[in-house]
Amino acid sequence: MDILRIATAGSVDDGKSTLIGRLLYETNSITKDKIEALESASKRKGLDFLDLSLLTDGLIAEREQGITIDVANIYFSTPTRKYIIADTPGHVEYTRNMVTGASNAKVSLILVDARQGVVEQTARHLSIAAMLRIPKVIICVNKMDLVQYQESTFNTIKESLSELVAQTTFEGQEISFLPISSLYGQNITQKTSEMPWFKGNTLLGELEAFEYASSLAHAPARFPVQFVVRPMTEAYHDFRGYAGKISSGTFNVGDAIRVLPTGQESKIATIEKFETKLDQAIAGDSVTITLTTDVDISRGNTLVLASEENAPALKDFSAQVCWLDHTALSPGKTYLLQHGINTTKAKISQITERLDVATQTSTQGVDTLNLNEIGTIALRTAQPISADQYAANPANGAFILIDEFTNSTVGVGFVK
Amino acid sequence: MQTIQDKIGHFPRQLEDESIYILREVAAQFERPALLFSGGKDSITLVRLAQKAFFPGKIPFPLVHIDTGHNFPETIEFRDWLAKETGAELIVRYVQDSIDQGKAKEESGKYASRNVLQTVTLLDTIEEFKFDACIGGARRDEEKARAKERIFSVRDDFGQWDAKRQRPELFDMLNGRIAVGENVRVFPISNWTELDVWNYIKEEKMEIPSIYYSHKRQVIERDGMLWADSEYLNKEADEIPFEATVRFRTVGDMTCTAAVASDATDIDVIIEEILSAEISERGARIDDKRSEAAMEKRKQQGYF
Repeated sequence: MDILRIATAGSVDDGKSTLIGRLLYETNSITKDKIEALESASKRKGLDFLDLSLLTDGLIAEREQGITIDVANIYFSTPTRKYIIADTPGHVEYTRNMVTGASNAKVSLILVDARQGVVEQTARHLSIAAMLRIPKVIICVNKMDLVQYQESTFNTIKESLSELVAQTTFEGQEISFLPISSLYGQNITQKTSEMPWFKGNTLLGELEAFEYASSLAHAPARFPVQFVVRPMTEAYHDFRGYAGKISSGTFNVGDAIRVLPTGQESKIATIEKFETKLDQAIAGDSVTITLTTDVDISRGNTLVLASEENAPALKDFSAQVCWLDHTALSPGKTYLLQHGINTTKAKISQITERLDVATQTSTQGVDTLNLNEIGTIALRTAQPISADQYAANPANGAFILIDEFTNSTVGVGFVK
Repeated sequence: MQTIQDKIGHFPRQLEDESIYILREVAAQFERPALLFSGGKDSITLVRLAQKAFFPGKIPFPLVHIDTGHNFPETIEFRDWLAKETGAELIVRYVQDSIDQGKAKEESGKYASRNVLQTVTLLDTIEEFKFDACIGGARRDEEKARAKERIFSVRDDFGQWDAKRQRPELFDMLNGRIAVGENVRVFPISNWTELDVWNYIKEEKMEIPSIYYSHKRQVIERDGMLWADSEYLNKEADEIPFEATVRFRTVGDMTCTAAVASDATDIDVIIEEILSAEISERGARIDDKRSEAAMEKRKQQGYF
């Protein structure tokens, strides 16, 4: 079975946690003791319904303030799929968590309160889903019970988003709209008689049906070497294997390969997964590759197919970044740039522009990027990185920036 | 008849690939990593993954066991067998030593356990060997505070976790840079659920300690749960041990792990039981019941 990763996003109080609680509840993913704990906690709060949000708000501060601070990971399964939800906060100041939670997602769930319609946060979320190139976005118009299940309300919201959707979406991205009520479990896993005008699938139905065609397996082949396996035991005296997880594309035994950045060439002798020898491995597989000839390869090198042209080696390039730290990005400063498993020093020469994601307008001539801000930067690395353009191959096009002194991850970038 | 696989599907192999990737990053990014081994199914799974990650090489870090002295004897026996089987180095340190040195104090009362005391011995062990990364088998589905912890979780000199100062983790990039004195707790099976672990043990035909399977044992009943009787359990006068057929769903100390009545002698039946269970896995961990935020508070103190 496969795994589908979902990111949820929404503003404060539009019922995101309740929606997730609903999904867990209706797929029998929470046990009786947890439901009982919820019942007593809901009663203590003076509520006459099950406050399913209490399931995911795990930190003391979150329960006290009734908000979600950090990314929470939640799991549920159906017989066909395992789902991992990154539940991310919708407060403006926590955009960094939203980007973090959504970075691995294949589906983005965006909640809109039916009474309030589209707010700035909705636009922000749509833009971030586009920036991260998340292939499917489901916009859930929630709290339909509070607007008498009116089709016109749903349509108004849908129309008011159409311009923004057209502006942010990219080729191949699927966007759908669903009218739901998390509180009463309508159109989550079951259709409701309250909205006979809605002919679409339920939320779970959409998730179960979504196929993210293994587009990654067809992307250019990239295999970053994580670890060189050299047992030097009697049985494996001359064994030298390159262990790593294939970022994108497909490798076959017998393929001619090139090592980046050195340019040496060789051929794949074996592809191994523990005691099994494979003919082929694809994106996502953790394998150990051996070559037919002795080449000098160490951690941080990338194997690519010799038959594929234009293997990247970037030193001076521009990238879109989202700033994640309280200390602003300042041009001229040196950071550590980690691309996949590879780290090198990088200097940011310039902030070319800052993007207002809510309005999709950009400002030139800015000196800093603050926490949660998104912009385009020009940078230069000490060593070349074997990165692709993010839009062309997302699995090999992102990097993080690390502060050399605090060691914190302070930014995330997408190669332009 | 419907098989287990019809009901829960095959083990999602992507999880194994991701965990192996994490273990390789640990070996590459840190100088002195260690795998914290408890003898439970989650840490046994970690050992299996580590074996695979570096094959045909050996596991490049030691297994470290913090022995509370209240472990089930079956767990200790299994631990020693596994270390031998995999050829991994085994390091054992004892909570009793921390108590004897006056660094930790035995709890009293009928709920007394050494669970909290482990932290003292763990932090001393980290210091003794200068471990910079400790790999653990915690999963995010176990508990609400754990659901928010990163895969690479940076701890200060006192082993403390600060939920608000966590580093963002984007895509699969793991930033293991730390200052001197800090260390990282690494959770490679963060995204596995209890069922995933059992499904993996089944598909990999892994050995696990016998107490996970049904057996006869002397127990007492307390708070609606069955507790293993042992010399370490502080019993009240009316708590009279009796024999029951039980198994353990989670394995911690004898003083803080409750048994479930069960006839499950093979793994398919165990999975069936979990599917129909009305109580969550950590519902059988008395250590978690101390308060709604028990886990978060312990983590702030340096708990695993």
